[in-house]
Amino acid sequence: MKELGQKVLAKDIIAASRIIRNLEDQIPDTYIAIQEIFGHTGNSHVVGITGAPGAGKSTLTDEMISAYRKRNKTVGVLAVDPTSPFTGGALLGDRIRMLRHAEDKGVFIRSMATRGAMGGISKAVGESIHVLDVLGKDKIIVETVGVGQQEVEIINHAHTVIVVLVPGMGDEIQALKAGLMEIADIFVINKADREGAGKLYKETLNMINMSKDSGGWEIPVLMVENVAEPKKFAESVEALADKIDEHYQYLVNNNLLSERMRRKTKAELNEALWGRILQPILNDLEADGEMERMVEKLLAKETNPYSLADEVAKRYMK
Amino acid sequence: MSNRKIRILLAKPGLDGHDRGAKVLARCFRDAGFEVIYTGCHQTPEQIAAVAVQEDVDLVGLSCLSGAHKYLFPRVVELMKEQGLGDVTVVGGGIIPEQDMQPLYDAGIKALFTPGTPLDTIVEWINNNVTPKE
Repeated sequence: MKELGQKVLAKDIIAASRIIRNLEDQIPDTYIAIQEIFGHTGNSHVVGITGAPGAGKSTLTDEMISAYRKRNKTVGVLAVDPTSPFTGGALLGDRIRMLRHAEDKGVFIRSMATRGAMGGISKAVGESIHVLDVLGKDKIIVETVGVGQQEVEIINHAHTVIVVLVPGMGDEIQALKAGLMEIADIFVINKADREGAGKLYKETLNMINMSKDSGGWEIPVLMVENVAEPKKFAESVEALADKIDEHYQYLVNNNLLSERMRRKTKAELNEALWGRILQPILNDLEADGEMERMVEKLLAKETNPYSLADEVAKRYMK
Repeated sequence: MSNRKIRILLAKPGLDGHDRGAKVLARCFRDAGFEVIYTGCHQTPEQIAAVAVQEDVDLVGLSCLSGAHKYLFPRVVELMKEQGLGDVTVVGGGIIPEQDMQPLYDAGIKALFTPGTPLDTIVEWINNNVTPKE
């Protein structure tokens, strides 16, 4: 594992690809690889793209890759699709929109499954950002699974969050609701050549104007239309890339980058503590059957979960 | 605690737009509990090999109904070896005449599934022959 980490530091993409796999599969020793690379992270600009299924996130991502490659930036992409709650399988189809970048050495694209995570991305996605960061990608685009209203985990991992809206998904009350509509640094109204785009634009602007001051950053609403006309589409996405860069500059100028990452860092520490302290105890209890015996006791109402937890705590903590 | 899952890349190399079969397989693999990266039609062997690197797959499934399998399938195997992916299983499917099969096996294609093969047979073959990487 240590070797894998060192290979990634030397920009070996097969090793990077493997670490991401190990993170997804929760291979216990993977933390050793992360130990190797963690000190070298923090150089990429992480851009999150989120929105409803079919809103056009992958197609936008594809065009954004082109826009950044024109600007001589290297790009990493983590594209998330859902895991079946029934079979554990997944059909990862985001990449089909991004095929033209397959052979570009400056681009690394990885499809990932949610594996049961509910926030729109998985824990492994958050950790894989570090891997692409160390590979030296200037921009890392994280495309969430198609989301509804509540899957906002992306704010813990992205410096800049883009929420993609499409016309025809509901009235202005939807725009006032909590959750997804609160997390955008930039709104994109995609498929803006469709009926209702103008109305959605006004509703979104109204919603933004009602919000409290977002600390100096005015949340823009960009219209992107005509995927069918590649030139127009590319122009819209160029404008989006400008805005994203502007937002990054804003974060840098106001010393807000580390502020953004504070939650991610804390969440990761939390996970690490869980993994290194609680998980081994749980594994122990499972291994010698004590977990099941405790459950039996609870079912028979001989004791309660809190007393049992106290007993276990006393045994392990000295 | 580990949770290794078989990852499969499904791709259609060359000038062939008939993707119904590949889509049915993608769905079938999803239901079998695999993670399938579906990349659709009109791909070059170079693209397929590059994607296999980035996706860390255990199996590459190639579908070809155009008759160009004799060039395209071995070329993918060759490129994957060049990229250090010699350990990844490559299989093929589509309209493959009997007499083409042995040369394809010789070129490193591990199995060929022709029209009419039951989906269960393919899933079973994968479960018996592909182990997720260590």
